[in-house]
Amino acid sequence: MSLRSAIGDGLVIARRNLIKVKRVPDVLVFVLLSPIMFVLLFAYVFGSAIDIPGGSYREFLMAGIFGQTVVFGATFTGAGLAEDMQRGIIDRFRSLPMSRAAVVFGRTASDVVYNLISLTIMALTGLIVGWRIRGSLLDALLGFLMLLLFSYSVSWVMALVGLSVPSPEVVNNATFIVIFPITFIANTFVPAESLPTVLRVFAEWNPISSLVQATRELFGNIPPGTPEPTAWPLQNPVLYSLFWSALIIAIFAPLAVRRYVRVAKKS
Amino acid sequence: MAEIIRADGLVKRYGEVVALDGLDLSVQEGTIVALLGPNGAGKTTAVSILTTLIEPNEGSASVAGIDVLKQPAEVRKIIGLSGQYAAVDKDLTGFENLDMIGRLYHLGRKKSRSRARELLERFDLSEAGDRPVKTYSGGMRRRLDLAGALVAESPVLFLDEPTTGLDLISRTELWRLIRNLIDQGNTLLLTTQYLEEADRLADDVLVIDYGKTIAQGSTDELKDMVGGERIEIKVTDSAHLPAASEMLGRIAVGDLTGDDRPRTVVAPVSDGVKQLADLLKNFEAAGIGVSEAVLRRPTLDDVFLALTGASTESREVEEPQLALESGRRGRGRGLPS
Repeated sequence: MSLRSAIGDGLVIARRNLIKVKRVPDVLVFVLLSPIMFVLLFAYVFGSAIDIPGGSYREFLMAGIFGQTVVFGATFTGAGLAEDMQRGIIDRFRSLPMSRAAVVFGRTASDVVYNLISLTIMALTGLIVGWRIRGSLLDALLGFLMLLLFSYSVSWVMALVGLSVPSPEVVNNATFIVIFPITFIANTFVPAESLPTVLRVFAEWNPISSLVQATRELFGNIPPGTPEPTAWPLQNPVLYSLFWSALIIAIFAPLAVRRYVRVAKKS
Repeated sequence: MAEIIRADGLVKRYGEVVALDGLDLSVQEGTIVALLGPNGAGKTTAVSILTTLIEPNEGSASVAGIDVLKQPAEVRKIIGLSGQYAAVDKDLTGFENLDMIGRLYHLGRKKSRSRARELLERFDLSEAGDRPVKTYSGGMRRRLDLAGALVAESPVLFLDEPTTGLDLISRTELWRLIRNLIDQGNTLLLTTQYLEEADRLADDVLVIDYGKTIAQGSTDELKDMVGGERIEIKVTDSAHLPAASEMLGRIAVGDLTGDDRPRTVVAPVSDGVKQLADLLKNFEAAGIGVSEAVLRRPTLDDVFLALTGASTESREVEEPQLALESGRRGRGRGLPS
């Protein structure tokens, strides 16, 4: 009952989760459609109103939408777990000699696949509306990896939420009021410099901002001549967002697993 | 024979509600023992503790000598559980469900797959094996759920109300399958609300109520406690009642009762079928008109009535369900036994 069985059993559960998505594609439709909607909405509605000196808003926008979507994508983890906990199959799992971490681990793992699918769709939509990767392919790949890693870390937060609420619906409602401001008070859709002071400081230290900043740099979407950011996190965005991803996993993974075991025992 | 399941003084409280109130039990290897009791008696709680799903407030339990509280992970390796509500994933196919369970028992890829096919075959689910479980009938889901408990060929099986809510045909089919398990050397603890189910399957029965064992023995012994069989006779003319009572009294093994109904007399008997036939002949010869003649076997209700003085219908205590959705699912009062 070690890390090895946690991973092995977790993958069995992840596979089961993916089969379920294939069988009940309603969820997938949301995964596919919402990024398309976001890209089109922001590109055409805000695109004409927001001015990015020396560059195009659509290029600026894409990293922001990527960042926001992967964070929202993590809510699937919470909803999926909350739903699982209501099913009889959980009793079966609990009576099996499997790792206690497997159900939660498997859920966060299968959600990486959702996020990969939604990132791909989003990138394709972005290419259609005029977004281009202007850096090296390797940098771009690194950018996508960072998005997936960050999303994976947020998945563990959502796992804890999903195991603490009475029903899957609550997950979306509860997290929306937190995720929405966090992803908006950042450099996702407008440059952080243009925000009022209090919000600007929050935005500069917001890990979402550094994630978006890092992706923007790695995709080569920062227009030449843009002044160097003044805040440390935005000057070292890759380091700062990797630090946050690691920190979030280190804190929330044990909490979520412990929560699963406790919820399971309580009944 | 060796003792393979043992519980001593199990107590489980949910706030004010006492689900188990010092339950003791002992199951010998290779036998079927039924926990018989109404909803809320503590049956599911007992199974949940023995299968490591929940921990008791007091008491101890072991399976095959392994302490359920101290080494739950070891216990899980040797048990199979089939829940009160089919614990299978409805979006997965029957095959995928069994294969997944095999993997989680760490049988390995190849063994899990072949075992899944083998069990589908044995439980008559081969054809449906590659269809999602949500297309299955209730009986098919229960069979799959039972198959799930057998994936790892666990020596000790726990079946929590395996047939509650099923129609008679599915129930009979499931009984046959469960009965077969014992021929293969498994030990089985099952819970049920139906005396008939215990009667068909179990070697030994524990009647539990309010979290305590109130009687233990074979089903025959239990039925004998409530007087075994009864003959009920309703005569057409109340003037014949004394004569009919007198004739019944000669074969009765206990006191006659009037059973509160007009022109009716009830007698406990020992060899009901033959005695009823003889009795009807004698009535005819004596010119006693009979409008109803019934031979009754005791029901769970009768056993309860005899043991507790209360009917199974009037339970106010409800124990939490196995799954976490206690309040959510219908409680399923079940069919009258």
